[in-house]
Amino acid sequence: MSTLLDPFGYDFFVNALLVATLAGALCGLIGVYVVLRGMSYIGHGLSHAIFGGAVAAYALDVSYYLGAGVWGLVSALLVQQVARRRTIGADAAIGVVTSSSFAVGIVIISVIGTFTQNLEAALFGDVLGVTVPDVVAVGAVTLFAAGVVFFRYRELLFATFDPEVAEVSGVNLAATDTLLALTLSALITVSMNVLGVTLIAAMLVIPAVIGRLLTDSFSRMLAISVGVGTVSGATGVYLSYHLDWPSGPSVVLTAALIFAVAYVFSAARRRAIPEAALDAHAG
Amino acid sequence: MSDLVRLEKVTVRYGREPVLINVDLVVDEGDFTGVVGPSGSGKTTLLKAIAGTVRPIAGHVLRDRDAAVGYVPQVETVNWYFPITVREAVLMARIGGRVVPWPSRDDVRDAEAVLERLGLGGLAGRHIRELSGGQQQRVFIARALLRRPKLLLLDEPTSGVDVRTRHDVMHLIHELHHDGLAILLTTHDLNGIAAHLPNLICLNREVIATGRPNDVVTPSVLERTYGAPLEVLQHGGMPVVVDRIPGLEPAGAEVIPLREGHHEHPA
Repeated sequence: MSTLLDPFGYDFFVNALLVATLAGALCGLIGVYVVLRGMSYIGHGLSHAIFGGAVAAYALDVSYYLGAGVWGLVSALLVQQVARRRTIGADAAIGVVTSSSFAVGIVIISVIGTFTQNLEAALFGDVLGVTVPDVVAVGAVTLFAAGVVFFRYRELLFATFDPEVAEVSGVNLAATDTLLALTLSALITVSMNVLGVTLIAAMLVIPAVIGRLLTDSFSRMLAISVGVGTVSGATGVYLSYHLDWPSGPSVVLTAALIFAVAYVFSAARRRAIPEAALDAHAG
Repeated sequence: MSDLVRLEKVTVRYGREPVLINVDLVVDEGDFTGVVGPSGSGKTTLLKAIAGTVRPIAGHVLRDRDAAVGYVPQVETVNWYFPITVREAVLMARIGGRVVPWPSRDDVRDAEAVLERLGLGGLAGRHIRELSGGQQQRVFIARALLRRPKLLLLDEPTSGVDVRTRHDVMHLIHELHHDGLAILLTTHDLNGIAAHLPNLICLNREVIATGRPNDVVTPSVLERTYGAPLEVLQHGGMPVVVDRIPGLEPAGAEVIPLREGHHEHPA
């Protein structure tokens, strides 16, 4: 028993657990909108773009959160802008904008010659290095995101499901999209230390997809996704301590395991209730 | 009767391509109008210009600010895999005026009443994909009605549905019109829908003709609208458009010239 509770005696572990749990919940919350807007790739792209911002912030000797955050927001807005031109799809827009941004980061590293931050930690996440300000940053963004979803629930839902009619009904699409882009770039900026550049996308997508597998209701999908993100964050970090795995992969693998269980459960349920039965009900 | 919407010399372009050119249109309270025209003729754009989601590059769209507009999109544009129940879809219309995510008691009561009226009572908890074609169409009509509109815009309300469902949906739209709603709908169905409406607009980027079906469903107007010769017969006081492809008549069919000036393709 004492072995199980051992890690809680260390401040770094408690910080890590807090930050991963919050980051998991945050990714679960915003991931629902990302997945339902068909922009699953944006998490992957933006985290690479923000990596460029982090390097630029280091080179210019400005705060990581400021540099990476502003860089991420500008990238997200550029993606939106490019994607609105009908000739270029959102996936291609993400590819162009975020890869270019990532390339800028790599060029800066090669020009300044050093990047003393741990590159591996940036790529795969390392919660051992999490400080109290990091916990506060993730907490603040989680609160902000929860506020955005709570107070803008209807607008976000309508704009995600049916943007055209939402606009007719008085939803300001540009404002809603910008608010989501702002929240997403803030999320990635503060989650990068925990999950790593390469794994944030997985945590944005997997909990949301599990939610979609298990329910046909939007509000329930949101709740399930947040729950799965929270549990994956906490369990993943706890396992990473005992198994001596990097935190990011540990969190993502926990979520992937839950996905596998949910997938099997959902497939079994569908076999139990064949489509024909649903059609017969629909009449 | 007063104007709900007035379009004056409205021109809309997507890129360099004009989609609507110099369109004049007035929708009054109690109007019931169908917009017909070929694919790409600007029918949906016309609805969007009226709804205010497409801005004209020239001309004016004047709307009665006190009159809410309900918009029912083509069901083909709906993402049927989106996780949303009938209740959630309908309650979307109640946007603004409330900051918390959950609906008020009034919202729920109004939604239940609209669903009941449209024959969807008891289906509120179902996913929208589990419904039949006619029920799906009614969900989006219900969502539009929850805005308490004075004008209902419907984009192809009967596309992709069978004859019986088309009759059901059209009966419902007629009932809504009788209850005082102004209706403007687009349709490709000249015989099944357009011929039954009080008023038609024939559109091909510009307004070719407006008027009662018997006045505008004529070979010359249809040829200018669709760019193809069409024959028009009369049946029970209504025009019936015959879509015969010259040269592809079945073997043994009597070949009748479409009309003067048009010669049959040699069989």
